[in-house]
Amino acid sequence: MAFAWLQGALGDITRGALTTILLIVVTTFVGTLLSILGAAGRRNGPVFVKRAIAVYVEVMRNTPFLVQLFFIFFGLPSLGIRLDPILAAILAMTLNMAAYTIEIVGAGLDAVPAGQTEAALSLGLRPRQVFIKIVLPQALKVIYPALTSQIVIMMLESAVVSQIAVRELTYEADMLQARTFRSFETYFVVTLVYLLMSMALRRLLVTGGRRVLGAGVS
Amino acid sequence: MIEFTFWDIVRNLLLAARWTVLLSLAAFIGGALVGLAVLFFRIAEYKWSRRIASGYIALFQGTPLLMQLFLMFFGLPMLGLRIEPWTAAVLGLTFFASAYLAEIWRSGVDALPRGQWDAGASLGLHRLQELRLIILPQAFSITRAPIVGFLVQLIKSTALTSIIGFEELVRTSNAINNATFEPFKVYGLVALIFFVMCFPLTQYARTLEQRAAAH
Repeated sequence: MAFAWLQGALGDITRGALTTILLIVVTTFVGTLLSILGAAGRRNGPVFVKRAIAVYVEVMRNTPFLVQLFFIFFGLPSLGIRLDPILAAILAMTLNMAAYTIEIVGAGLDAVPAGQTEAALSLGLRPRQVFIKIVLPQALKVIYPALTSQIVIMMLESAVVSQIAVRELTYEADMLQARTFRSFETYFVVTLVYLLMSMALRRLLVTGGRRVLGAGVS
Repeated sequence: MIEFTFWDIVRNLLLAARWTVLLSLAAFIGGALVGLAVLFFRIAEYKWSRRIASGYIALFQGTPLLMQLFLMFFGLPMLGLRIEPWTAAVLGLTFFASAYLAEIWRSGVDALPRGQWDAGASLGLHRLQELRLIILPQAFSITRAPIVGFLVQLIKSTALTSIIGFEELVRTSNAINNATFEPFKVYGLVALIFFVMCFPLTQYARTLEQRAAAH
């Protein structure tokens, strides 16, 4: 074991970690938004929309993220859709996460008693206002812990996007170990960085959730 | 250049899928055995033992599987063990699975009413007998749905072993794609094969879940 290389590598590791953070922040926001639309569409949309969302959820949940990533990055160009590695990574992560969170958000929507909607409608609110102001906040509060876990899982899964040369934390680790020949030590240090990041992310989401949603999460 | 017909591609992918299935089974069985040991530590009477097991589980659930595989692949040779992609893949996925399985079973043990332990003790059973005859059979039976759900996750996770050089479905598909330049078709087929393996299990987990909810 030798860690002399570490001093010169801190810049690369930090840069990689920042890219990983960027990926997960964008994925969290777009993915959550997408899953709210998806969950609402699955409940109230026309039949073909309901069916399309159901198929999408099943396909994404029953295939590996790595294959989805390769399909988007290598496969889509043959349809004329050519994406930057980082855009392909964000697209793959967002679509993957949304498939899981659509089910989570849906469970939250189902958990809000129908009386809430009825009461709001009888006060003269329009259906859209009822959804955004009454039902959704209560649903998000219920599902917040599950959403938190899903975000952390997605952050850990993002290590895979190094395979299409997105310069995030794992990619930087690959480059470092090729340069230093200290493979085990490099991956050991980077694994610790991931561990710290996932613990910090969870802590941040729990505190943030308590403040914004008043969600009682552990 | 070698010409690949559509059926050549399908046949080669199906042959490679054998290794995906075998690896999933090996990791599931190995993970169940190690996971059982972790479970015993996790629910033991001693605080130090519970703490070690919690740390073990948190470590595997808080780091990327890809990093765990790299550490196996590059770390074991440092201990003087000769290691090849398949050994690193089996060992890496086994430890990964053990942490998740132990945690699922632990939730099953915790879900049982305290009275089950007390009843066992009042019958004069000692702790191991209580676990073997009363607690574990019930804990296993109420966690069947999440266990099947985790098996799906494990099958999908085998895709990552392609990165450390294990010749399973995804690695074979990369090679075929390099020869045919038909990524849309090749990765589409790979996704389809994974779907055929995972979807029935997902449905089965859902049935188990509904059956459990009906009770």
